[in-house]
Amino acid sequence: MGDTETGVPAPGTTPGSSGDEEPIPFMQQVLDNPFLLLFLGVAIPTVFYIIWGVMEVIAIPMTN
Amino acid sequence: MANDANFRTCPDTGFKIHLPADRLIKWNAVTGVVFLLIGGIFGIAVALTRWPTVHLLPADMFYLVLTAHGFNALLVWIIFFEMAILYFASSVLLGCRLATPKWAWAAYALMLIGAVVTNIAVLRGDSSVMFTSYVPMKAAPDFYLGIIVFAVGALIGCFVFFGTLVIAKREKTYEGSLPLVTFGAVTAAIIAVFTIGSGAVILIPTLLWSVDLVAHIDTLMYKIVWWALGHGSQQINVAAQIALWYALAAILFGAKPLSEKVSRTAFLLYILFLQLASAHHLLVDPGLSSEYKIFNTSYALYLAVLASMIHGLTVPGAVEAAQRKKGYNNGLFEWLRRAPWGNPSFSGFALSLVLFGFLGGISGVMMGTEQLNIITHNTMYVPGHFHGTVVVGTTLTFMAFAYWVVPVLWQRELVFPGLAKWQPYLFGIGMGLASVFMMGAGTLGIPRRHWDINFADAVMSYDFPGAAYLMMGLNGLAALIGGVGGAIFILNMVGTILWGKKKVKAAAAEEKAPEQPAAVSSYGNAGTLAVPGTFTLAMVFLVAFVLYYFVNWKYLAGVWPLS
Repeated sequence: MGDTETGVPAPGTTPGSSGDEEPIPFMQQVLDNPFLLLFLGVAIPTVFYIIWGVMEVIAIPMTN
Repeated sequence: MANDANFRTCPDTGFKIHLPADRLIKWNAVTGVVFLLIGGIFGIAVALTRWPTVHLLPADMFYLVLTAHGFNALLVWIIFFEMAILYFASSVLLGCRLATPKWAWAAYALMLIGAVVTNIAVLRGDSSVMFTSYVPMKAAPDFYLGIIVFAVGALIGCFVFFGTLVIAKREKTYEGSLPLVTFGAVTAAIIAVFTIGSGAVILIPTLLWSVDLVAHIDTLMYKIVWWALGHGSQQINVAAQIALWYALAAILFGAKPLSEKVSRTAFLLYILFLQLASAHHLLVDPGLSSEYKIFNTSYALYLAVLASMIHGLTVPGAVEAAQRKKGYNNGLFEWLRRAPWGNPSFSGFALSLVLFGFLGGISGVMMGTEQLNIITHNTMYVPGHFHGTVVVGTTLTFMAFAYWVVPVLWQRELVFPGLAKWQPYLFGIGMGLASVFMMGAGTLGIPRRHWDINFADAVMSYDFPGAAYLMMGLNGLAALIGGVGGAIFILNMVGTILWGKKKVKAAAAEEKAPEQPAAVSSYGNAGTLAVPGTFTLAMVFLVAFVLYYFVNWKYLAGVWPLS
């Protein structure tokens, strides 16, 4: 039996393979894709922490 | 499909273990423990120098030893052990072969070579730039080169982990979603990729600068990118240790998370936001806007803090639910009283959960507040905080896991089981007190990076209150207690591997009863939210959190007295 709360299929079942045609929830598809998560986990801190920070440093006026 | 001859079945757990993965887990874990020993010895020397009455080392040796302590204890020990965790959480828990064992060995070799090269550079005495190695302080080129080589090795290890996930999916060794513990390891590996990549981005030009091929490295630019490595590497620890908390709860109690969905979402919040916290280290730097500082140090408006609080609730909640299912239902805390407190895997796990939350967690959020940061920035409070996260959080969790995994993988019994019972208490309480005393001294203004808190040779002297000296003395004593705990752990691990009595099959079968390792690699919720003891403890934590947070606003108000 699948786990109804999490949407996670129980061992021995594959989503959509046991006559249960219920689509896999979007969030579960996201969580089940480690390479999408890898992209997000690298892109977000790169943009918000590194690139934003470096842009602020570049914007500091230079002394003559 | 891999040849079955390359696998063995663990008699304790029933896990199907790929032999190359088995060897790699062992070598990475053992090498990590060796570097823990090295880092720990340097750490004791640091604590004894910071103890004003002892003041063990001269200035030049102090900075050398401090650099070596930071590098070995914060980076090398932890990342080696995390590689072992990644291989365990992928190949062992998913029951599949490890992807490209040859690359995994190359990763191991690069990490070892890098660690040795940097240690030699530090011990030679011309690279005492501390772990942070801020420019324009210049270390010898091999100092940076060693860290880069180490980082490349660790990065390869992460991709071996991701490759193993692909193999497991393709060969259908699991179905549906990854087990929660493996998902936690995915979180750690993702954070590791960002962290290690950032380290390479800043340390490669710094290496070129050290050999005069690059003329100038901007100091603030360096700090921004370096802290993605420096603080990010500690966020790998957080994700890995929490994955192990779920693992230990399942192994020791057969516990299932209160809600798979909620726990996975909490890990997702880590993936998205945890790494932004590196900006804590830039809060007093001019040139960066408040918007940048507040957005990043709030872990994107506290969503990653929310994730930590979710884990802090659901891990003990899962244990309580499992214990209540076994009939420990009297009152609020029978489930906790009847827990196996003499089992070092449990006591280490329980202590790390409490100490990490109360010491490392609360202090981290306080320091991450832009206004409050000014009262503790660059004081001894900062090492106090990260000894509350990395030492009594991560290291103690790894020790607790090692007490389970070493006898299982090596099929040997612990050599000193009596000492092992006491070890987590000695280490946890000793290092927990060291963390508290350092934070106390930092609150009184003791600087974090200075050899002599008396400032004896300074033009303008400054007298700290007597309590600050007392705190530093107590910190030295507490570190010695923690050091004894650390030594007992290493003795037990090395002794077990080298001289531990081989487990006989009957004994292994006997031990299987209290452990439920299959729960680590299975799905499902506890099926109840009736965990009143955990909710009570969570309320105690929240009250402590709120009180401490606002007490620090009171301290801040006292910085500018109004008459």
